[in-house]
This record gives sequence, structure tokens and C-alpha cells, in this order.
Amino acid sequence: MRAPNTGRIGARSAIDESKTLEFSFNGKRYTGVEGDTLASALLANGVHVVNRSFKFHRPRGILSAGVEEPNGLLAIDNGNGWVPISRATLVPLVDGLEARTEGCFPSLGFDLARILDFTRRLWPAGFYNKTFIWPRWHAYEWAIRAMAGIGVVPDDGDLSRYRHCNRHCDVLVVGGGPAGIQTALDAANDGADVLLVEQDDRLGGSLLFDPARIDGRQTVEFLADATRKLDRLSNVEVMLRSTASGYYDHNVLSVLDRSAAERGAESVETFWKIRAARVVLATGAIEQPLLFGNNDLPGIMLLGAMLKYANRFGVSCGASVAAVVNNDLGWRSALALADAGVGVSSIVDVREQVDSALTDNASGRGIDVFGGVSLVSATGSRCVHGLTVRHGNGRETRISCDAIGMSAGWNPTVHLYSQAGGKLRFDKDKQCFVPHECLQNVDVTGAANGEFVVADSYNIAARDCSPGSTSKQWIDYLHDVTVSDLELAVRENFVSAEHLKRYTTTGMAVDQGKTSNLNALSVLGRLTDREPGDVGTTTFRPQFMPVTMGAIAGNRRGEFYAPPRLLPAHIWHVGQGAEFDDYGPCKRPAFYGAGRNEAISREVLQVRNSVGIFDGSPLGKIEVRGSDAADFLSMMYVNTVHTLKPGKVRYGLMLDENGVVIDDGVFIRLADDHFLVNTTSGAADRIAAWMEEWRQCEYPHLKVIINAVTSQWGVVTLAGPDSRDILQQLPAIADLSTEAFPHMSFVQGRFEDGTPYRLQRVSFSGELSYELSVPAGRTQRYFETLSQLGQEQGIAPVGMEAILILRAEKGFLHVGVDTDGMTNPLDIGFGRIVANKKTDFVGARSLRRVSDQSDDRRQLVGFEVENGGTFEAGAHFVVGTGQGQRSEGFVTTACQSPTLGKLIGLGLLERGRQRLGEEVHVFDEGRITKAKIVDPCFYDPDGERMRA
Amino acid sequence: MLQISCPYCGVRDEVEYTFGGEGHVQRPTPDVSDGEWSDYLFNRINPKGIHFERWCHTYGCGQWFNVARDTVTHEIYATYKMGEPAPEVDRNPSKSRDRSA
Repeated sequence: MRAPNTGRIGARSAIDESKTLEFSFNGKRYTGVEGDTLASALLANGVHVVNRSFKFHRPRGILSAGVEEPNGLLAIDNGNGWVPISRATLVPLVDGLEARTEGCFPSLGFDLARILDFTRRLWPAGFYNKTFIWPRWHAYEWAIRAMAGIGVVPDDGDLSRYRHCNRHCDVLVVGGGPAGIQTALDAANDGADVLLVEQDDRLGGSLLFDPARIDGRQTVEFLADATRKLDRLSNVEVMLRSTASGYYDHNVLSVLDRSAAERGAESVETFWKIRAARVVLATGAIEQPLLFGNNDLPGIMLLGAMLKYANRFGVSCGASVAAVVNNDLGWRSALALADAGVGVSSIVDVREQVDSALTDNASGRGIDVFGGVSLVSATGSRCVHGLTVRHGNGRETRISCDAIGMSAGWNPTVHLYSQAGGKLRFDKDKQCFVPHECLQNVDVTGAANGEFVVADSYNIAARDCSPGSTSKQWIDYLHDVTVSDLELAVRENFVSAEHLKRYTTTGMAVDQGKTSNLNALSVLGRLTDREPGDVGTTTFRPQFMPVTMGAIAGNRRGEFYAPPRLLPAHIWHVGQGAEFDDYGPCKRPAFYGAGRNEAISREVLQVRNSVGIFDGSPLGKIEVRGSDAADFLSMMYVNTVHTLKPGKVRYGLMLDENGVVIDDGVFIRLADDHFLVNTTSGAADRIAAWMEEWRQCEYPHLKVIINAVTSQWGVVTLAGPDSRDILQQLPAIADLSTEAFPHMSFVQGRFEDGTPYRLQRVSFSGELSYELSVPAGRTQRYFETLSQLGQEQGIAPVGMEAILILRAEKGFLHVGVDTDGMTNPLDIGFGRIVANKKTDFVGARSLRRVSDQSDDRRQLVGFEVENGGTFEAGAHFVVGTGQGQRSEGFVTTACQSPTLGKLIGLGLLERGRQRLGEEVHVFDEGRITKAKIVDPCFYDPDGERMRA
Repeated sequence: MLQISCPYCGVRDEVEYTFGGEGHVQRPTPDVSDGEWSDYLFNRINPKGIHFERWCHTYGCGQWFNVARDTVTHEIYATYKMGEPAPEVDRNPSKSRDRSA
């Protein structure tokens, strides 16, 4: 085994050899220099195998020098924790950087899974879909999952910080190569506000390594001059190390700015959202590989990449390079490579006709020239050491080399253009897809527009695979897809580009086929007798480059992901030993003290037997006011509104236009033209928006305003037979006797200290109960005051869990828990109220449909379970057995009732109301439990206690 | 990421708005047939081309208004207040910008 003779061949302006940087790769120490990428530093150190391939675990080396890299995907730690699948070709070398290969065992040098390569015939495209379905997928899943993947998600946290920023500009230029620089200069000279975004850490693009002349000047001169001009223009901003990753509607682009990343704990990535009046894409082009046997051996690279390593980083990729080309630009690169001091030993061209000026130039330098040959195979095991070609007469020649540089021409980087909605057209002369037309205000310039050649000729040959065995001609390096996989797919009639892609997974890896799509489409075209242009491209989607997950999240992670809403009296609850849980958007006390079940039972009995104090602050509160307020609410509620007297409270149901119950709660008439609507706690915002939509869009002529005041008022609820005695002690409160203030009454006033209050006598627990609203900022004071006043009665705080059991015992439904997206008011026993309403309301017409009135519907029932059986909400009421078993509905609420001493609950059951007293079977996780169907109200059915 | 001009506030980003579906849908009186009622409930035009639809400036003024938008190009031809009639717009889909032109 011989390694390619790679190494540093001299100083270049883009590197500083006086500043050496230490780094490690798979635990071994190496040295690079300032200005290196990880890839250039590895090549300079003669490291040729950097990874193992995804499926067959073949050794792989660096292929490219840019964003298209399919092999050099390594885990990197530059002081911020490990980041998997980083492109070594783009990672700037920093001192102390650690890199490692993932997905090989036991080591990169010797990978046991290489056995898959030697038995490759057994594992063609789609093999797992065909092979592992018998007897069942799950028998193999664990082993396949263990083998799959190209990186490992790090266990330790991400130390980097991320932020989101927005920006506007007149002209956004993407790409800082020659075309982008010229566009930015022109636009800026016209006075536009210009933003130039470049992925690299410096401007120049191909000018940094391609010695072509621009406007008769050397590239370095042109670049220095253009950079000076850009610096002087105040209306141009240049963003370096920033990748435009997505192109969205109305000319919005996402840009990941990593200019402040990779600086230890200070690392910050910025995800920009940039809206531009006009966008110019100068994104360049990507060189494509040639197809031949073993074209994935380490040491085989893109020719342009070799030139970049030589001219920009002073790194030679081989001492005896064979350049393999199908176009004139490839010759130019090969000759430039020789000029740079890299040993180019031969140039191999698959075309019959080659310009004699090129061949003469090469021969004159002592380079062996092979024209009109077909490529058979590269030879070597862990690195290339030869190339066998076949001449027209069938004779084969083995060319000795220690590296191969491939140029199958260039493909415009049209990903962003395509994301913008741009259509592509296949250019036969250039054998690639070029921008055609787009509805957004976007232009494409330079190589991205297919303008690869300024003065020279191109003369590219059509792409195809080489003759001979196709099983080792790699199309997609990253997903290990070969030409033979494509042939198999076509034999099985996967001939659409989209089908082929999914069947073979070509182009579906994290590089999104940047070096494989064009070859795949060309081969598919030949196999199906179509032009590549008729085969069509698959769809390009954001992101162009992988974007760090943290950058997309920005600062919305950890505690900022979903900031909790705390109750106004949160601190008081903490002092009372509350255990908090999430209920809707709020953190609310679930129960108080230790021992969940014991605490909840104790709190239920506390309310039943004496008095509990409960925080009802999240209760939705919406004021509806105006001379037409009653007319408006009458449309919103199933219930009659006009007959409600001021100072009185009524229960109401809201439906959507399809007749489905969307919320319930009480509404209160404060005055003839003034109502207060209470909604379910979790629905406060949604119902306010719902009512506002109806007011603006359907009833704009009604004189009514809607004002959501949910967070303005805190609610202290006292529930239990002793609640009146405590509340009545508050100075300046109204007379609370049942005669003066019966159930479903409302009063408002001010306490002695001037605090306004609203008091309603309503009950969600079935006991005598009052809801006292005070301004949110004073809620805690009234929790303190009332618990002080209630000491004699043994008042105690009660959490949400106890309240939910209390309401279940009473048979009060919880919309969204005991109802689903099909439940109408008839199903939950509100038929009489619907019948009594004489005027239209939202959803009324839907209730008159035959299907809404059917007796076969699922109806709300209660159930109880004797003899200690148990199951949970979500369990199904079933009939029949075995294959004939069928669900007749499901359990919506199930709880162990401390009051009744058994399992009770609510459910939706077909024909439920006709089946009171029936014994049903309840299926829960494989177990059947018997339950008895009963009326939903288990406790005090006549309501004597809450009316007391 | 659309840019929409609220008739009350002016040009704002899409993130400030909520989409409300087809606009100008007439709510029938309750005496219509089941067929007409279900047409109102469930059937929407979903055109390829210009669509008159309603949006709410939820994270702005809170007002509902109408938008004439091309569903293919996302080009917005007009925004106008609730209750105003749909404006006349050129119903031919806008011409593609041909790069070779």
C-alpha cells in the first residue's frame, strides 16, 4: 500500500506558515497553519483516508474543496462540544481542534463492517425493503438501526449561542466570486443598498485559486482592486462566512452567519432573515465526478479541488497525478495544476476529438496524453495507485499514478434559484441544468447561470457511465449508490427521477446530491432513451447546507422554549407547598403537600366537608359591551341570552358553525348593555379571537365591542359548605345570604381599601361556591386574607386535580376532555335548551341535519365500577370478541372518587342515554373491565348543596 | 414569507398575520337546504390563480381584512377592508420573468 504523495509545496498568500496550529484527528496529533481548512491540513499531513462509506464501509478520502464534499464529513470539537457531520472542507482550522471519524468499528483503518463491501452483491438498492419484511421488520430493526447513520448525536450540551436577526436591502448578492463582486459593485454604483453574502472567510471565489485572466488582468490584481472599491463604498455591506441556505416567498432568504462561530465559549451563530427588493445569485458551479470502476478510492478527487488546494493552501494532492477529463476546461485545470508545481503525469480524455493546442501543450511539458479512451477502473485498495483505460481497439493500458483528478464539467449551483420557484432548462452544449425562468425578482449571473467559460472553449462530452461492470462505479458517494443500483431501479420500472431517487436514495444524503444528481439523471436518461432534460430534476428544498439546529431555534431553547405563565399568586402557592403542573398555557398547583393521591383525596373531602381555597385566575374573562351586546351574544351561545337579568349568571355552550361544542362557561349580565363572558381556562385567547372574527366579519353592523380581560383579574375561589361564612367576614362585601345572593348571582363593588371586586356565586364542584375576582396584582393579598379568615373553619388550599375530581363526581363536563371534534349539544344532553332557543345562533342549522339528530350517536354518559376494577381515560367501550370486537365509544374521564369510594367517570358511548343501567365491557391495554352505565351526575343530583 | 400591506397599518411581515381562508363567503339564512348549508360549511373554491381571502393582523391592529393573492406566484394584487367589494384585478396569471428575454 502506498499513500498519495501529498504535502505542503510552498507558501501561498491565503495561508500564514509562520502561525502553526495543533489539531488532532482520531486521536493523533498533527500540525496545520493559519488559513487552512481541516481538509487542507489533513492533506498537507498526508492523511488520505478520512472516513468510511455509509453502506459498504469502504475507505474514503477528501473529494472536493467545498460545500459539495460527500466524504470528509467528520465530527468536530473546536471547544464548543462535538458537532457531527461537519464538512472538513469548510471547517476553518483553529488551534486545539479535534476531529474524529464516526461510523467505523473498531477503527478507521480496519472496519469490520467492510464485510458488507466484499458481499456487496447481496445488498443492492432497496435490499432492506425486500429482505427484511419476513417474518417481520422488528426482528431486524435493532441491528439495522445500529449500523445506520453517518454521525452520532453528541450527548453533551451545545455551548454555542444562537440568535435571530432581520435585515432589508435593495439588492442581495449571494456569492462573492468574480460575478458576485462585479454585480455588487455595479449595484452600489447605482446607489442601491447592497448586501453581499459569501460562504468563505474571504471574497474571491474561484479567483483565489484559478489563474484565469479577467479583463486582461491577473486575478489577484482584479480581486485586490475590487475589494478596495467595495471597502470604499458606504452602501455595500459584505457578510463573510455566511451561507444563504433558503430562498422563500417574496424574496426572503435565510442566511446562516458563522463569522463569530468557532471561537470557544464565545461562539455565536446568527440566523438572518433577509428581505431584498432584488436578489442576484452568483452562487457559482460545482465540478462533477466521472463514472468509472472504483472511482471512490481515496486519492481520487475533483480536479478543480486539487487546483484549489495547490494554489490557495500550497498543498499538493499527489506527486503523480492523472487528470481524467471530458471537457476543455479540465485540460486547463490540469495544466494550471502543473504550473502550480504539482506533478501531473498524464491527462486522460474520454473524447475522440481534442483540440491539438491542448494536447501539444501537455505533451510539450512531458505529460502523457491519452485521448479517446474509455475508463475501466482505478486500482488500489486504500488509495489509488493506477488507472486502467481501454483504447478504441480494445487494448488496455494501466496508467501509474498516485492520485486522480476528475473533471466531468461543471453544474451551476441552482439550489436557491430552484427554491425561489425558478424553472431549469437542460443546456445540451454545456450538459447541465441552467436557470430558465422565475416569478420572483431574482437574477442569476456568472457560473451559476452556466457562464463557465469567458474566452476559452468548453466542448464537454455527454455524461455517462463507463463500459464494463457498473457495480463499482459510484454515483452517490455519501449514500453508496452505484450505477448498477440505478440499472436495477430502471429494471423494476422506477424510471421517474423522483421514484429513482427514493428507490436508490441517490441524492438524498446530507449533501443533497451536489456531486451525484447530474450523473444520476444522465445515466437514467441513457437507460430510458431520454435526454437528461426530459428526465427532469428532483425538487431542491431548503436548506442548501445543513444549518445548526440551534440556529433555527435561536434563543428559543431551554427555559425560553415555552416560557410558563405563572399565576398572579404563584408565590403564595409555593409557600403552601404546591406541586405545579402545566394546565393549558399555565403552571398551576396540581395539589399541595406530599403524596399525590393522598393529597388529592384530602383536598376533595376538604371541599365536600368544609371549605377549600382554589386559584381560578386563568379562567377566561371577556367583556362584551354595547347596545347590541345581547344580540351578538345570542348568536354566540346556544342558550337564550335576552332573558337574563342584570346581576344574574347563566351557563352557556358555544358551538362552531358545524354544530360541534367548542367551549362552555357562564356568562353574566352586568347591565343591559354589558356582559362578562367566562370561558374555559385553556380557551380564553381562542374564544376571544373567535368572537372578534364573528364581530368583524359577519356582524360589523352591530354596536358591540369585545375586550379580553383574562389577565387583568385574579380569581380566588372558595368552595365548600363553609365558604359563605368566611367570605361574609370581608368588610364591605355584599350580603351573601341565599335570599339576597342566590346561586348564579353576581355582584360587584369596592372593598374598604378601594380594591374593586367582582363576585359570582357559581359552582364547578357541586358545593356552595364563590368566585371572587380582584385586580391581578392584589390576588395574592386576598389569598392571604381569606385563608387567615378561614382558619376557624380549617380552610385549606385545593389544587387542579381535586377540582377535576369534584366536577367529575358532579357530572360537569370539561369541553375538549369529555367532548371531541364531533360532539354536538344534543349528545351531551342539551336538546331541550336547543329546542327552546327561538332565534338563530352559530351552529344552529347544523343541528337540524339528520345525522346530528340520530340516536346512534355517541352520547355523554357516566359509568361506575364496583369491585375495585380500574382503567384510564382513553379506554374503549367494546362489544364482541376477537376479530369481531368493535368500539362503541371511549372513556373520557376516569377517577377514583374519594367521596363515593369507587372508580367513576364519564364517556362517550353509542346510544348512551338509552343504556343507563347496562353493564358494558371496557378495554384498556389488553384488559377488559366491567362497568355500569349510569347518569353522569353522581353527587347531589338535585343540586341542593350548591343552592344552599 | 409573504409581505402583506394591512389596510390599517401598512406593510408588515407574514408572521404578524393569521390566515382565515376564502373571503366573501355568504352565510346562508337558517332556512336553506342541507345541501346549501353543507356547501357553505365545507366547499371552498381553491383556485390556481387569484384568490380573494381573508387575513387578520393578529399581532398588530387585530383587524380582519381581505387580500387578493395569486396562489401560484404569491403575488398580492390588493388588500382591502372587510365589507368592501372585491376589486377588479387582472385575472391573467402574471407572466413569468424569462431569463433569456
